[in-house]
Amino acid sequence: MKLSKLVIAAAVIAAGASAVTTSALAQAKEQFFPLLSYRTGPYAPNGVPWANGKQDYIKMINARDGGINGVKLTFEECETGYATDRGVECYERLKSRPGVTLFDPQATGITFALTEKAPVDKIPLMTLGYGLSVAQDGQAFKWNFPFMGSYWTGADILIQHLGKTNGGLDKLKGKKIALVYHDSPFGKEPIPLLQERSKMHGFELQLLPVTAPGVEQKATWLQVRQSRPDYVLLWGWGVMNSTALKEAQATGYPRDKMYGVWWAGAEPDVRDVGDGAKGYNALTLNTSGQQPKVIQDILKHVHGAGQGTGPKDEVGSVLYTRGVIIQMLAVESVRRAQERFGKGKVMTGEQVRWGMENLALDQKKLDALGFSGVMRPLSTSCADHMGSTWARVHTWDGAKWNFSSDWYQADEQILKPMVKAGADKYLADKKMTRRDAADCQS
Amino acid sequence: MLYRENGQFKTSYRADQQIFPIAQDRIALAIILAIAFIAVPMLASDYLFRAILIPFVIMAMAALGVNILVGYCGQISLGSGAFMAVGAYGAYNFFVRFPGMPLIPALILGGLCATFFGILFGLPSLRVKGLYLAVATLAAQFFSDWMFLRIKWFTNNSDSGSVSVNNLQVFGMPIESATSKYLFCLALLVVVALLAKNLVRGAIGREWMAIRDMDVAAAVIGIRPMYAKLSAFAVSSFIVGMAGALWAFVHLSAWEPAAFSVEISFRLLFMVIIGGLGSIMGGFFGAAFIVVLPIVLNQFLPAFMGIFGIEVSTAGISHAELMIFGALIVWFLIVEPHGLAKLWSTAKQKLRLWPFPH
Repeated sequence: MKLSKLVIAAAVIAAGASAVTTSALAQAKEQFFPLLSYRTGPYAPNGVPWANGKQDYIKMINARDGGINGVKLTFEECETGYATDRGVECYERLKSRPGVTLFDPQATGITFALTEKAPVDKIPLMTLGYGLSVAQDGQAFKWNFPFMGSYWTGADILIQHLGKTNGGLDKLKGKKIALVYHDSPFGKEPIPLLQERSKMHGFELQLLPVTAPGVEQKATWLQVRQSRPDYVLLWGWGVMNSTALKEAQATGYPRDKMYGVWWAGAEPDVRDVGDGAKGYNALTLNTSGQQPKVIQDILKHVHGAGQGTGPKDEVGSVLYTRGVIIQMLAVESVRRAQERFGKGKVMTGEQVRWGMENLALDQKKLDALGFSGVMRPLSTSCADHMGSTWARVHTWDGAKWNFSSDWYQADEQILKPMVKAGADKYLADKKMTRRDAADCQS
Repeated sequence: MLYRENGQFKTSYRADQQIFPIAQDRIALAIILAIAFIAVPMLASDYLFRAILIPFVIMAMAALGVNILVGYCGQISLGSGAFMAVGAYGAYNFFVRFPGMPLIPALILGGLCATFFGILFGLPSLRVKGLYLAVATLAAQFFSDWMFLRIKWFTNNSDSGSVSVNNLQVFGMPIESATSKYLFCLALLVVVALLAKNLVRGAIGREWMAIRDMDVAAAVIGIRPMYAKLSAFAVSSFIVGMAGALWAFVHLSAWEPAAFSVEISFRLLFMVIIGGLGSIMGGFFGAAFIVVLPIVLNQFLPAFMGIFGIEVSTAGISHAELMIFGALIVWFLIVEPHGLAKLWSTAKQKLRLWPFPH
């Protein structure tokens, strides 16, 4: 008995010691990517492919290119379970690693908490397609980068699309549009923009919150059954999406009148619903499928070598591809930063931030990276931390997602004043001022 | 030998009534305080502060509050998360709506908001007991979830329902660095713990315990159940509310209502049950167990499995963490149903006789 306890104690100490030495040896020339993820909990079905895509792209860059200009990439995952306090713990654990690049918190709540911490630690936050909508204003939010779109651009594009299918935005007058949303900052973000649009075009906006995590929606759909809105916009994530589709089926609400945000339009959301989801539309920021060259490269260099994360047939799914895009933007930001601060060097968070602010990925560059057709070109600046507001609608045909609209761009004239006003309010609350021209150069 | 009380004679009531009547306890406490206030800030890393020590200190304060209600007064509550939320949003509203409001008064006012809320939801305790009361306090939790999600006024009309604070300072000193945050929370914890300890050994604490042990008998000997129960709710929710305000202001600095979900109520209840019902010390043990253990397991498992050449996935670690944690809770409750504090007092008993057990 005594002896076995001693053995266990020795093993424990040895394990602790080895953990310490490995982290001490990792001081080499490596760019470190902390990966916050959730592979458990109610959002796991969507969190897993996303996290897999991010990991596989890093592995692919290492295997195919040997890193970024010779700088090897390393990563460590940290499970947040979508909980803010665990996310903060992960951030604190990984932020001081040598060569830390940037954080992609993968959750709106964690983004809010880290927004307060990132400027202090000088580590940029990338929130592709989520997070704070007002953070598009780079002059107010120096460290936040909501690349490719925010909930405001998403909501704007959905209304534009509805207008187009009705033959003009003025035709929306008198129509009833319901927003079924996750009752959290994530789901509430689009509301101000939708209210603005409803004032402009005269449609009635009905707000139907669903309590997190979103499995209990009976009451919400009862309201839908009563009021029979012309369209339902779905702002869900994780189990909430498939539940909403099942409830719509049970209520008899036509699925082709339902439009999801880009977080409500992936395979895990519709697969379990089967035929019941046929005709359901959702926004998308990227394509899916295994045809793009970058996906082929991942299959060849990562899955081909037996290093793949997750099942092979999920490679190229909607969220997987989004994970790949996120990681590509992170890698390209480092590459851009190296162009200014020295090729083949490990970039600090501050230098990566400059790279993120000066990204210019035109079609030619995207083609060279293997992303032709996967996404729209993106270019950022000090004033615009989003870089691109393009999105399109795709529709589920029972087996796969097909594009059902052309690309849309969010209406700058509506967004700009709202972003400016929101950012000004934020700055006033915090007693801070806008960055000046000199700060934009740094 | 180490812990012998022989020869420590008390010659006055005053000496007999001090908080720590045994000399060794006083020395131990002084050493612990010295370590917490001087050694830890010099040695601990930024990560240790921000991810472990600060959450631990704040949760210890919350557990202390819950222990007063559940452990001392026997009123089982599942609404602790709500009291924390009310404290946090109350303090937030005072902080942003009154320009120049200093931090400590804002925290205290937040605590007072929670007190009011606690008394309101403590009213059912005059009629129902035990499990029924637990369910009634659950209503407080759901009510606060609803209130902070839907009533925009409480979140200062924030579109998303998420709020944040910055520029925290106390007497002109900024509370920004990890060390200052830790010391600030720790100082508040020490003050609150001292007050709580004195309350529970005073007349009011005796009343709470009498109500807990047998409320009819307590009423017969002249204790007013209404006063005793509601005062327990008031004191407990004040402390829990303060802890909630600290959790929001100091630990998260930006938060949404989900940060104070029903899960936190459960965690607080686990803390007092595992730590030890009816013991101030228990709150600290329980908080350490619930806050620190999952993080330690999460970091330690990959290294431990690495010895045997097994690589565990992120999801695997997370599942294993939950399983081990659950198993440990069950094991603890079977082996020591009175909590970790009881283990501690058993250890003290053994030390009294050491090295000659008889």
